[in-house]
Amino acid sequence: MSQERGFLPLDELYREAVLDHYRHPRGRAPLPRVDVTAHGHNPLCGDEIDVALAIDGEHIEAVQVTGRGCAICTASGSIMAELLPGRTVAGAEDTAETFRRLMHGEPPPTGVDLGDLELLEGVQRFPVRVKCALLPWMTLRDALAAHREGIPAAVTTTEGETP
Amino acid sequence: MAVAPAPRATFAPRTLAARFSILQRTVRGRRLVYLDNAATTQKPDTVLAALQRYYTHSNANVHRGVHTLAEEATALYEGCRTRVARFVNAPSERGVVILRSATEALNLVARGWEHHLREGDEILLTEMEHHSNLVPWIMLAHRRGVVLRHLLVRDDGELELGALPTLLSPRTRLVCLTHASNVLGTINPVAEIAAAAHAAGALVVVDAAQSVPHMPVDFAALGADFLAFSAHKAYGPTGVGFLVAAPELLEQLEPVQGGGEMIREVHLHRATWNDVPHRFEAGTPNIADAAAFPAALDLLEELTMEAVREHEVALTGYALQRLQALGWLEIYGPLDPHRRSGLVSFYDPDLHPHDLAQLLDAEGIAVRAGHHCAQPLMRRLGVPATARASFGVYNDTADVDAFIDALIAARRYFGLPTGSSS
Repeated sequence: MSQERGFLPLDELYREAVLDHYRHPRGRAPLPRVDVTAHGHNPLCGDEIDVALAIDGEHIEAVQVTGRGCAICTASGSIMAELLPGRTVAGAEDTAETFRRLMHGEPPPTGVDLGDLELLEGVQRFPVRVKCALLPWMTLRDALAAHREGIPAAVTTTEGETP
Repeated sequence: MAVAPAPRATFAPRTLAARFSILQRTVRGRRLVYLDNAATTQKPDTVLAALQRYYTHSNANVHRGVHTLAEEATALYEGCRTRVARFVNAPSERGVVILRSATEALNLVARGWEHHLREGDEILLTEMEHHSNLVPWIMLAHRRGVVLRHLLVRDDGELELGALPTLLSPRTRLVCLTHASNVLGTINPVAEIAAAAHAAGALVVVDAAQSVPHMPVDFAALGADFLAFSAHKAYGPTGVGFLVAAPELLEQLEPVQGGGEMIREVHLHRATWNDVPHRFEAGTPNIADAAAFPAALDLLEELTMEAVREHEVALTGYALQRLQALGWLEIYGPLDPHRRSGLVSFYDPDLHPHDLAQLLDAEGIAVRAGHHCAQPLMRRLGVPATARASFGVYNDTADVDAFIDALIAARRYFGLPTGSSS
């Protein structure tokens, strides 16, 4: 299908590996144990995402990401599910913050491994789509904040279009 | 499936497009194919010239001052009111309030009629309303303890009118509905609903934002008590909307904004109101954009609304056939183009509307993707969002063909089957 491509600069937005995450999202399977969940919603495009985490002390054991969203949102969630298991809660928060800075064109701190998230670097050139990429990560942050306060569930809404 | 024959041209869209400078530009190196007319239409050069002429020749404040410019500005502003009254067959130009948007018009009714309502009174809405005809009533319900009821949407995109007799009761005070859905395209039988509403003693508020620019709309024949629409969806400037009603009914509406223009006499502790419709036009209005709107009505009257409607029925019918022939899309609303306005909403289960709109944009094609300010209807349809192509007088079958080609190319880009070897 590569010869079908050529919608530059869209190829920067929809890298082949991003489309692969969209078509085959990771982290869909239910977790044996859930410690906290968060529901994220982007009113602009109607994206809805649910993040469930199994957290053992300071470590994220497993991540489930479900819901339906556009290719960018789904790929970002899939990468998150792949990247986070094994990281500490603080490390996950650093990853979220680093990715947020990358999307907003701010200088990211060094030393945080973004893994496949770097595939989404081109999204920052499509400002309307930045929220799509960040929705799973904003939802994650709210899940982690809720967990810290001992609340089992959180709801996240990105700012959306005016009705 | 065979490709539908091209509709007979009732007028020449390509010739009309030449009168819109913006349609001559390119987007990402491609000819702009503008199919987001339900969000806002483009403005003909005559409207832009009228704006320029207003500011270079007649700019002054209205309804005050005796100098020449003030007289000219007032005549241009009031000229808009006269033209709008004629265009929709309003009972009188005193029945046309010039506001900022259709949304402001609906909010004015919700606020201004509030003092007639008591706790337990009911307002009947529909499930297909735009947020602008839902949220003002939700806010009113919270303030007054008024009960909201809803006509639901059937699977074929039409209202479930069988429920109307049970939903209407002596408690029903207002029935608020859209003339044409901005998502489904469905044209509602307003006259029939209004007759039932009036028999129950309710007033009828009609959101005509999607109908006035696309089909003949006769206020008197429609049976509406209040009619709201905007200029910018009718080839006019942004920032101007209208509320149309019988002047006697406007007399029963409380003004919502106080200030200059809307008063007759002001003392330190009390004030009396100006006559309708000026009572609802506090402050300096959007004179320039109102002054320019008649140039858009000139275009529509030159074409005639009957011909505009015929053109859009033909083009929508052609688009519906081509979209159905693709075989992978969910298409919403009535499939008979005579039952709907000139727009088509659709959903590709494999391709999120936002991704689709992004890919179409790369081809110079502007469509809308999202909830279209109709979140309850999205829930009813069971989708997070839809994509929507909406047509104007300058669109033709070549635009639809470019749009269909881009839908196919978008699926190929995502590596999805298209069921076609071409």
